[in-house]
Amino acid sequence: MFSHDVLIVGSGLAGLRAALELVGSLDVAVMTKVYPSRSHSGAAQGGVAAALSNVDKEDSVEAHTFDTVKGGDYLGDQDAVEIMCSDAPHAIFEMEKFGCPFSRTDENKIAQRAFGGHSFPRACYAADRTGHALLHTLFEQSMKNGGKLHIYSEWYMLRLIVEDGVCRGVVAMDIKTGRMEVFHARTVLFATGGYGRAFKITSNAYANTGDGITAAYRAGIPLMDMEFVQYHPTGLYQHGILLSEAARGEGGYLLNADGERFMSKYAPKKMELGPRDIVSRSEQTEINEGRGTGPKKDYVLLDLRHLGREKILERLPQIYHLAKDFIGVDALTDPVPIQPTAHYSMGGIPADNDCQVYMDEKGNHVRGFFAAGECSCISVHGANRLGTNSLLDALVFGRRAGKKMLQATHDTPWSPVNEKRELDAARRDVHELLHTSAREDMNTIREELKTTMTNQVGVYRIGEEMEKANGKIKELQARFKDVRVDDKRENFNTNLIEALELSHMLEYSELIVAGALARKESRGAHARTDFPTRDDENFLAHTMAFKNKEGGYELRYKPVKITRFKPEERKY
Amino acid sequence: MSTVTFRIFRFDPERDATGRYQDYQLALEPGITLLNCLNKIKWEQDATLTFRMSCGSAICGSCAMRVNGHSLLACKTQASPLVKDGVIQIDPLGNANIIRDLAVDLEPFWASIRKVKPWLMPDSADNPEKERLQTPEQYLKIDNSTTCIMCAACWSDCNALEVNKKFVGPAALAKAQRFIHDTRDAKRVERLEEISEANGVWNCTHCGECSTRCPTEAKPLGRIEEIREAAMAAGVHDNNGARHVLGFRETVGKRGLLDENYVPVRSVGFFNIPALLDLLPVGIRMFIRRKNPPVIPHSIEKVEEVRKIFSRFEELRKE
Ligand SMILES: Cc1cc2nc3c(=O)[nH]c(=O)nc-3n(C[C@H](O)[C@H](O)[C@H](O)COP(=O)(O)OP(=O)(O)OC[C@H]3O[C@@H](n4cnc5c(N)ncnc54)[C@H](O)[C@@H]3O)c2cc1C
Ligand code: SF4
Ligand code: SF4
Ligand code: FES
Repeated sequence: MFSHDVLIVGSGLAGLRAALELVGSLDVAVMTKVYPSRSHSGAAQGGVAAALSNVDKEDSVEAHTFDTVKGGDYLGDQDAVEIMCSDAPHAIFEMEKFGCPFSRTDENKIAQRAFGGHSFPRACYAADRTGHALLHTLFEQSMKNGGKLHIYSEWYMLRLIVEDGVCRGVVAMDIKTGRMEVFHARTVLFATGGYGRAFKITSNAYANTGDGITAAYRAGIPLMDMEFVQYHPTGLYQHGILLSEAARGEGGYLLNADGERFMSKYAPKKMELGPRDIVSRSEQTEINEGRGTGPKKDYVLLDLRHLGREKILERLPQIYHLAKDFIGVDALTDPVPIQPTAHYSMGGIPADNDCQVYMDEKGNHVRGFFAAGECSCISVHGANRLGTNSLLDALVFGRRAGKKMLQATHDTPWSPVNEKRELDAARRDVHELLHTSAREDMNTIREELKTTMTNQVGVYRIGEEMEKANGKIKELQARFKDVRVDDKRENFNTNLIEALELSHMLEYSELIVAGALARKESRGAHARTDFPTRDDENFLAHTMAFKNKEGGYELRYKPVKITRFKPEERKY
Repeated sequence: MSTVTFRIFRFDPERDATGRYQDYQLALEPGITLLNCLNKIKWEQDATLTFRMSCGSAICGSCAMRVNGHSLLACKTQASPLVKDGVIQIDPLGNANIIRDLAVDLEPFWASIRKVKPWLMPDSADNPEKERLQTPEQYLKIDNSTTCIMCAACWSDCNALEVNKKFVGPAALAKAQRFIHDTRDAKRVERLEEISEANGVWNCTHCGECSTRCPTEAKPLGRIEEIREAAMAAGVHDNNGARHVLGFRETVGKRGLLDENYVPVRSVGFFNIPALLDLLPVGIRMFIRRKNPPVIPHSIEKVEEVRKIFSRFEELRKE
């Protein structure tokens, strides 16, 4: 058994930022299933929001707050949004202090650019690899604290241990050797990232399989607003790999098969810089109505050519290379085929403004358990996240989690943990997976799940189709009980890891569908063709999905916190 | 669709005495990337095939491996151009111990990164409420090195590492450049001194493999040259590498010829008796193989020309 005062699972922006707040004062360990620098935060391209007013003096924290609330279609908790936007400038200056290489303005300040749904240019950036620059900066800081910070790389968290409302640690497996251990801790932070891998077309890493949220759910913690999965308008055709919104921020056009800048029909004022949900739906409408490009008429085009060689290569080099390497399109001379791609998980583990996890809709907490970053649902993004707000979320709430945990850990005694029982339970799960009847092919189940989620729970949703998706997921869950895991070895068994990950995807996908079916309205990223309008009377509320004793789920609702901004219709 | 043989290295140190190659046949869909091929093989043919991946979009650095003898990122590489006589051969990264199949132990790689103290060391007085200022030009000096994704492709193919496991390696040097040239860092000279020590920046043999293999703009050899220039300019000369350069400059610049006996001696230092003794066996071996430089250096025909080029170069450097 390993013991640390604090255990942080996840080494993306949220996890590492929290660790920095704690290291030196407490015995802190960070666990990650990859290496810290390989966390998915590194993939973020476009920028991180903060009202620094470096480019437009008129910008303000208040404007940022309002844009975020409106962008989230009034489902965000406004007190949390306000905290995030007020802390933003500090969070950025702090990263600059740590050495983050930000691009600069002519006045030598941190450069900022425009992003969808933001009314001022407030995305601070490092070319088009902002997440990479931030993640590596935090990784550097963690190396600086090398002797004091324990990093368990390539360890896979299997189970969260919660007993009598108190969190006591996790069970994890060393991927390299297969050895399992209980990690005993006084406080635990989950910063395990998003769950977009359940979709066929997705910008998410293979690693984004919702391990953390599923472990929490299995330990009796509800999941909040799972139906809100954001689609990003510019996924590389058929790959889903993201072409940053910076492409549109810098002035890229979207064109349909007729060469028409179709956004003029949907968001005449903002055009390509409308928020993601609106742009994604506009693209999907064009495709559905037969104005898509290509032999199957199933994509639209992102045109950068008019920006010129210099701007493309200097400001958007990653986009240029992605298009070139992955689909062989030269963005200097040709428009790039794109389609909406599943991108961000607004839902997750419910937590308060200090990242303390809720165990119900009434506001009771799980003692010693915290969540931050994309796996959490503090609900700063509401029904639709604005671009560049999620790196910010991870930084701001990572730090807040760290601060709160510093105090909370001192106040939290060591709760006993039954090592044998926990290890046995984890071993049993793994043993069962390795010794099924082996009738079912893992790849087939995973592909069927992903296709179902993309086709039936995608940009547009409709009751009937989602009912079918629901049935399909249940069928796949049943088939999974007989799944074949051919690799029986202990060391570096990636086949086993994939099976564990698929079990998570099958479990939380059911909740996405359940939340979406129950939410009979359209709000933000959740667009139902059978209920096309927003219904504040019935659904200005957060969905909470609880696991019940029979293995099914139960949905309850929790009111949204409205402070300053009364819900109104969104127009762009 | 043409069917291709993937010849993949398999080795599990816990079970196998030696590695072996296993062949898989796969029909290549047009436009398919190498990583997608490997996944197809793993998912459809052999679940025990082991390799790392995460982002699938060339940013996390997990999927570096050796293909037809050289390292690359599987996720960003199209498969079909890699086919040679119907075969794509895949091995784990070089200069590393194998954990299983294509997954190697990266601990020595991370340790090398930590060696260069890869974190900003600003002036302690410098505790800003706002951001520090940096010009776009100053930012551009660290732009290349900050693109490194820590994939270890350069580490795999580095020739200097192959003969000297203590060499800090190309990625660490690229990382070091990032701080040496960051105007916000206050420890430039200390960094230059440390990195100029044995197994540091002067141990690179200039083969250029690291830059050829690097999938980003980090291109370590270029960064190594920038560090060396910075070290020479900052007067960090008290080390073999710098003395080598100075010796070079003295013999070529002053005498217009390359005195191959002078340079190595100058490099280790005239009074560094132990190091000079270390050089002796090399000298003897060279003598035996008749590869020793002539004791009386060649004189060259156009000495004046060479001197002119050299002094012009020195002038330019001063400007
Ligand atoms: C392609 C792309 C581009 C984006 N661009 C932007 C942008 O420009 N601006 C913006 O604000 N946001 C952007 N986002 C969103 C943003 O990057 C993420 O929301 C954010 O980085 C999440 O950070 P995190 O710390 O919560 O999690 P992550 O960085 O995803 O880290 C998750 C960590 O948890 C670990 N983990 C997970 N499961 C386990 C387990 N079972 N055991 C052990 N460890 C585990 C992982 O190894 C990893 O270390 C983008 C997202 C994508 C996909
Ligand atoms: S140029 Fe130097 S660092 Fe790069 S591979 Fe060759 S020896 Fe190694
Ligand atoms: S320098 Fe290039 S090859 Fe080396 S680790 Fe960095 S990105 Fe990879
Ligand atoms: S999988 Fe991330 S770089 Fe290839």
